[in-house]
Amino acid sequence: MNNDVYVVIEHLRGQVAEISYVMLAGARELVKGYGGSVAAVLLGQNARGLAENPSPTSGQYMAADKVLYMDHPALSEFTSDAYQKALAGLVSKDQPRAVIFGSTSIGTDLASTLSMKLNLPTVSSCSSFSADGKFTSQICGGKIMAQGDLPGPTALVTMVPGVYKAEQGQNSQAPVLTLVDIPPLDPLRVTLAGYIEPESGDIDIAKEKVLVSVGRGIQNQDNIVLAEELATALGGVVSGSRPVIDQGWLSTSRLVGKSGKHVKPKIYLALGISGAPEHTEAITDSDTIIAINTDPGAPIFNIAKYGTETDLFDLIEVLTSQVKAAKGG
Amino acid sequence: MNIIILVKLVPDLVEELAIDSSGIALDTTWMRMIINEFDDHAIEQGILLKERNGGVVTVVAPDLEGVDDVLFTAAAKGADKLIKIKGDFIGANNHALARAFSAIVKELQPDLVLTGVQANNDLDGSLGPLLAGCLEMPYVGYISGVSLGDGKSRTRKEYPGGLIAEMDVSLPAVLGIQAAEQPPRYVAVSKVRQMMKTSTIEEQAATGLDMAGGPSIGRMFQPETAQHATMITGSPEEVATKLVAIFKELGVL
Repeated sequence: MNNDVYVVIEHLRGQVAEISYVMLAGARELVKGYGGSVAAVLLGQNARGLAENPSPTSGQYMAADKVLYMDHPALSEFTSDAYQKALAGLVSKDQPRAVIFGSTSIGTDLASTLSMKLNLPTVSSCSSFSADGKFTSQICGGKIMAQGDLPGPTALVTMVPGVYKAEQGQNSQAPVLTLVDIPPLDPLRVTLAGYIEPESGDIDIAKEKVLVSVGRGIQNQDNIVLAEELATALGGVVSGSRPVIDQGWLSTSRLVGKSGKHVKPKIYLALGISGAPEHTEAITDSDTIIAINTDPGAPIFNIAKYGTETDLFDLIEVLTSQVKAAKGG
Repeated sequence: MNIIILVKLVPDLVEELAIDSSGIALDTTWMRMIINEFDDHAIEQGILLKERNGGVVTVVAPDLEGVDDVLFTAAAKGADKLIKIKGDFIGANNHALARAFSAIVKELQPDLVLTGVQANNDLDGSLGPLLAGCLEMPYVGYISGVSLGDGKSRTRKEYPGGLIAEMDVSLPAVLGIQAAEQPPRYVAVSKVRQMMKTSTIEEQAATGLDMAGGPSIGRMFQPETAQHATMITGSPEEVATKLVAIFKELGVL
């Protein structure tokens, strides 16, 4: 057993995901109290460059005291079975104080399975930690926060972005890399057949200056046109949150959120969007968020600069005509 | 093809949530529980698979208020078997739920187990991968498409930015459904009522609820917001006028 905090680095097709740096920042907070070191756990094939070279976007390295690297053909791209077996071996041998995963498509495939397999506790959706070993998690769509002591002996934790910035998990020094043994991975029950590229769609919402974004509150497909008229008047386009896309009311290229696009418009006008963490993590780089929602407790109001509880159906047509008039005048 | 769908009931977030006097749990007195929306997608995906490949769809849910409606609705959509697990599930965590489900799932010898990728009250992991860990089955989550054949499932796994990975998963397996291939079908209330008369819910007792593996909560609270939006009030016309002024100030008009 040791007091280190391990961070399972997420990377896809040769790029380290931003959540990896957020997790390193969280780990740094925890080791202040535990007294151990921060270890980045990197799984891949011929992937040591991801740790040894600076990030091409920030020019910075992972802020880890060491990198534990596993090199194996079956780890070249993420698959849950191979990753889980490789990590089970490492975690049960080293018994770190905590292992941090992303609350992502990759991390959530791993943390809970390992919890049952290794009989270790798990905590989901942590947004921050304190130096005395406490976690803060957001549940119920961001409406409720839960705090507690990270359970032992090894806590398997998933983390959401929001509190720590990626820069806090980066520094200017290349970390020391150690090659780690890998337990047998065969037989593999999950294999990657290939990738399907994102639907390119008619426009790239990540590049738009004005987004009129609709959520469940838009109620039905016929109402989408109201949002489109407003967006056109404002010189922008319509995007949406998950429920709207799942209903087929907008194409997947318009999805804002965890599985969709991260956007950074000048104005993000959220119509009937409650502001669940999976959505808000993708809009925090917007210059100004304006939220229209009848629920005064909607978490979207906690990140919006302006808000109104006016019913969007009472407001939207009036707003569109006033915008048109303002442009005309 | 023997398909099992696991359903969780979760707080309805449209209603106001409150913390109970212990300060470490949600107040369940007036709390409305509804089907986890991702489980609704899991049901849809299971029924789509049955329609394409044949087989039997069994829906399993814990005995919480509203569960009968959830199960009969699933039957109206096309589920063949309904199972309610009896036990004190109020306040039970996902580890307890996964263990209770795993005993029943093992007996049913499924080819495929589907459940929602997550639920709004997950604090100790999510049900699908916990169950896969119990049953030592492979797990893949964030799934928005499933096809079956040749002892395996080809699944479409979602990554950020709209990228999809096609994964081949050996059966039996547990899949965490993000979205079914089509929106969950609508069924008329009359059809659900009909099911209440014609279908039966099998009851099975949970063999002890073991919560080990989840964290202890020291404090639960509604987020104190460091910042809150500046709220714009007035008639719709007045609100629109103020918004237009903001748009001008921000330089988009």
